[in-house]
Amino acid sequence: MASHASALQHHFENAEQQKDASTIGMWVFLVTEVMFFGGLFLAYFVYRQAYPAAFASASNKTNLIIGAANTTVLICSSLTMALAVHFASIGKKNLIVLFLILTLLLGGTFLGVKAYEYNDKWVHHEVPGHNFDCEGCTDAAHTPLFFALYFGMTGLHATHMIIGVVIILVLISNAAKGAYGPEWHTPVELFGLYWHFVDIVWIFLFPLLYLIDRSGAAR
Amino acid sequence: MITATPAVEPRRNYLNQTVGLKSWLLTHDHKRIGILYLIGITIFFGLGGIFAALIRIELATPAGDLVESNIYNKFFTMHGVIMVFLFLIPSIPAVLGNFLIPLMIGAKDVAFPRINLLSWYIYVVGGLFVLTSLILGGVDTGWTFYTPFSTSYSNGYVIATGLGVFIGGFSSILTGLNFIVTIHRMRAPGLTWFRLPLFVWAHYATSMIQVLGTPVIAVTLFLLVLERGLHIGFFDPAYGGDPVLWQHMFWFYSHPAVYIMILPSMGVVTEIISTFSSKKPFGYTFIAFSSVAIAVFGFIVWGHHLFVSSQSVYAGMVFSILSYVVAIPSAIKVFNWTVTMYKGSVRLTTPMLYALGFIGLFTIGGLTGLFLACLGMDVHLTDTYFVVAHFHYVMVGGAIMGFLGGIHYWWPKIFGRMYDEGWSKISAVIIFVGFNLTFFPQFLLGYMGMPRRYHAYPAEFQVLNVLSSAGASILGLGYLIPFAYLLWSLKYGPIAPPNPWGSPGLEWQIESPPRTENFEVTPVITHEAYTYTEEVVHVG
Amino acid sequence: MEPKSFQLFPEAASSIAGQVDGLYAYLVLVSAFFSLLIAFLVVFFAVKYRRRTTAIPKPVDEHSIGGMVLEIVWSVIPLGLSLIMFAWGASIFFTESRPPADSMEIYVTGKQWMWKIQHNEGAREINELHIPVNRDIRLTLTSEDVIHDFYVPAFRTKTDVLPGRYTTEWFRPTKIGAYHIFCAEYCGTKHSGMIGTVYVMNEADYDQWLAAGSGEGSMAEQGESLFNQLGCASCHPSVLNKQNGRCPNLNGLFGTTVDLKDGSRVRADESYIRESVLYPQAKIVAGYDDIMPTFKGLISEDGLLKLVEYIKSIGPKDGTQTSAPPAPTQTSSTPQAPARPGRAAQPAQANPGNQ
Repeated sequence: MASHASALQHHFENAEQQKDASTIGMWVFLVTEVMFFGGLFLAYFVYRQAYPAAFASASNKTNLIIGAANTTVLICSSLTMALAVHFASIGKKNLIVLFLILTLLLGGTFLGVKAYEYNDKWVHHEVPGHNFDCEGCTDAAHTPLFFALYFGMTGLHATHMIIGVVIILVLISNAAKGAYGPEWHTPVELFGLYWHFVDIVWIFLFPLLYLIDRSGAAR
Repeated sequence: MITATPAVEPRRNYLNQTVGLKSWLLTHDHKRIGILYLIGITIFFGLGGIFAALIRIELATPAGDLVESNIYNKFFTMHGVIMVFLFLIPSIPAVLGNFLIPLMIGAKDVAFPRINLLSWYIYVVGGLFVLTSLILGGVDTGWTFYTPFSTSYSNGYVIATGLGVFIGGFSSILTGLNFIVTIHRMRAPGLTWFRLPLFVWAHYATSMIQVLGTPVIAVTLFLLVLERGLHIGFFDPAYGGDPVLWQHMFWFYSHPAVYIMILPSMGVVTEIISTFSSKKPFGYTFIAFSSVAIAVFGFIVWGHHLFVSSQSVYAGMVFSILSYVVAIPSAIKVFNWTVTMYKGSVRLTTPMLYALGFIGLFTIGGLTGLFLACLGMDVHLTDTYFVVAHFHYVMVGGAIMGFLGGIHYWWPKIFGRMYDEGWSKISAVIIFVGFNLTFFPQFLLGYMGMPRRYHAYPAEFQVLNVLSSAGASILGLGYLIPFAYLLWSLKYGPIAPPNPWGSPGLEWQIESPPRTENFEVTPVITHEAYTYTEEVVHVG
Repeated sequence: MEPKSFQLFPEAASSIAGQVDGLYAYLVLVSAFFSLLIAFLVVFFAVKYRRRTTAIPKPVDEHSIGGMVLEIVWSVIPLGLSLIMFAWGASIFFTESRPPADSMEIYVTGKQWMWKIQHNEGAREINELHIPVNRDIRLTLTSEDVIHDFYVPAFRTKTDVLPGRYTTEWFRPTKIGAYHIFCAEYCGTKHSGMIGTVYVMNEADYDQWLAAGSGEGSMAEQGESLFNQLGCASCHPSVLNKQNGRCPNLNGLFGTTVDLKDGSRVRADESYIRESVLYPQAKIVAGYDDIMPTFKGLISEDGLLKLVEYIKSIGPKDGTQTSAPPAPTQTSSTPQAPARPGRAAQPAQANPGNQ
């Protein structure tokens, strides 16, 4: 089914220029996001190197099974998103909507699991600043740094996911009205880029926070 | 000579196409957004200037007798925060870049006009946060927010100010993003990269820095706010943190930030020198690549702010040598500008006075940067008034002179009116004299050992301080006069022709002020940049 | 210090100051040359090529005036001059970062908004530093709160003073006199009040001044006192307490390399000692368990410096130590002659438990 082309914005000469501009714009935006997260990664590496014992025992407190499961959920959501983009490019309205909804559900699942993890940490006094107590941790004085970075990095990531979820809702609504097709599906495509980026950030976060050196410090 | 022109009904242009506050506050027009920014940065320049005046009044005497120490500390902090983040960083790109880049490349607007408007609103919100913090009592950490003082000891409104800068940073990122896409994709047919005006190259390089560097200060401020709010310990050793990590993260952005401040100004200067020598800039390719080189190398020299911070000696050596490398492209530009005038046809108009003043003052500022890049020298000079003098030479003697030159150069294009040339030249000279008198003595004070951010100082430093304060009053006067004649010109100045200066730039081939859609027909470019022909140069 | 009269150039009072001033002269000359050159050319061209007719100038063929050659020349020459600046500055910096091995040690603690100075031999000062002329002086500095900076313009040196860490600054004063000390890192309300005076004295006057110093004993002795009071001696072996296997031996430790439990190695310097007292779990010595309690909150920065000095004093005697050995043990408050650098003096533990 043919979708109606988006109105050509007045300052562009033609549709191709408009699409190119949007695409370059999204890539430049993603570069800024890399630099944004990069600062936190830097802080993480500096402190992991400075306090290996504290970080190792603190990372023991993350739940490996839940983290791995959540990672799988997110990767699947990238798959469903890629499929949504594909179907948008051939204009299959129902499938676009289906896969966007699946992406939404998987993303929502990820966020729900994250909320569970956060609550778990709160209950076990692993949130820095208030009643903090890293039970049985080595070099406990420096463990708040790990947890602060944990919350900072996953929190920033989750914020990006929440924004993504809101945008998916808008896309679902537009897709259901038949807005996307072979002539024009730029928003779906560009949002796909954003969603994949958020996924990739998690692919880096997961090993750093859950996997490396969690065997515990020398006791 | 002032000849007020009888009122003439102006044809339709971007200024009068639609009227009313709403049409301005909801505009998508890059030209109107440029003017919105002009209003904003002018207000903040005035506010930052008031703090500068208070500082120089206090420093005229050795004792801290004007205000209490903690108030003085707020003066220099607010002066720095406002001038750097709310005035200098946006200034040329958000005002002149926004207005001119689409005109210079034959486009109808920037790539994302709505994002352009959004970035202005973000700027305003960021500014309001800073103003709120100021009204509540201000911040006293210095614009550099060094920890653990800012996280754990300051009684000022650090979080509010930090958030203001954080928010304002997104304005900068979006402007840069917009320019990159615009320059890549919206050039008129025939306008290849090497036919672009060097003003555009300068802004392209600046945009790269804005996009890559600003997110890092954003996340750094984010950590600062977290730490101050929750006592986490990223940067405070009392909680296990590293205060030097703050310095690394802060300067990773803030050093490239100074190139955000100077590159656009250099772009302005190139345009002015070319027009008023009626000659193509010498070494076009070298100037273009120098801009990009400065942007790239600017990212790998930040450690020269940390030579005495306990950073390793070897890291110091690497940063020192790279700091010399980054100076070379700027030197190349200075020589190229100078030789542009060789066998040219030079007119000493007001913009040209500013541009030539820029060359002199930027040269001194840049050369004194070499003193600071020099390890053994920097140990003595860092954190003294030598540094203060250095950065004011490049940022005020450089960036602001370029900005004023640009305002005077493009004023007829932007507003369709000419200002009084006599008054404008007088102010340019007053600014030049006042500036040197204010800041040159500070080099001497620095070598003598007077530290910066000092409220009171030993009596033997007074003579130089008095000279500096006297200069500041002259400089302040010099900045006030343009307000008067520029505003006056809006109503009473002679109507400006499309190309009063005889410049070959694309922006001068359309009406002054331009119509909303800029070009009646999209131009097709068939000639090289800066092609001076008889008909272009002949000034009507 | 009496107010000085107006000067345009600071006094040069250290061995490095002359070199720094020489470098400065080179930098000023190069800068003046290029500034004047550019200023001259700009003015000259503006006058010589001022517009006289409305005819456009003929475009200058960049090749004909050797455009590329010019670009290369004015890139290479500044680069060459810059590399000289770099090398000269780096050499001075390197010297400034390597205190001579037998320097006299003095400890400085900065806090808002004062300088506390402790001499080895026990003398203490606030905002003043008395030192003998023509001797290498090495300062070990730390802060109790925010970042400060210990700057002596007449010596042309400064270093940031950090909380939670030790930094080092050394100089060799060459001129007797009184010189400013400034805090040169903004540190809050009374930053500009955190100033003092260095008094460089001849050897004899210095000895006399030192002898009238604090009656509490040398820093090492005060440190030994703390070592006992805080209970360190109950675990760490000393001459009285034989090796019990639970705690590493601190005799002969300072300056040597320590093997840690996680396989890494660390040098037992001032920072290591400090960290071990405050954050004992951060670095556990190989072969020992993680049983040392923390003394954070139980000991001040001044106290830590005294402990450090004590550990230094019982360090190795074969030349690997990095500070002067302590003065011979004092009884009560009898003034003592200060220790000389070198290996001549006997270590204090020959008469332990005197305090």
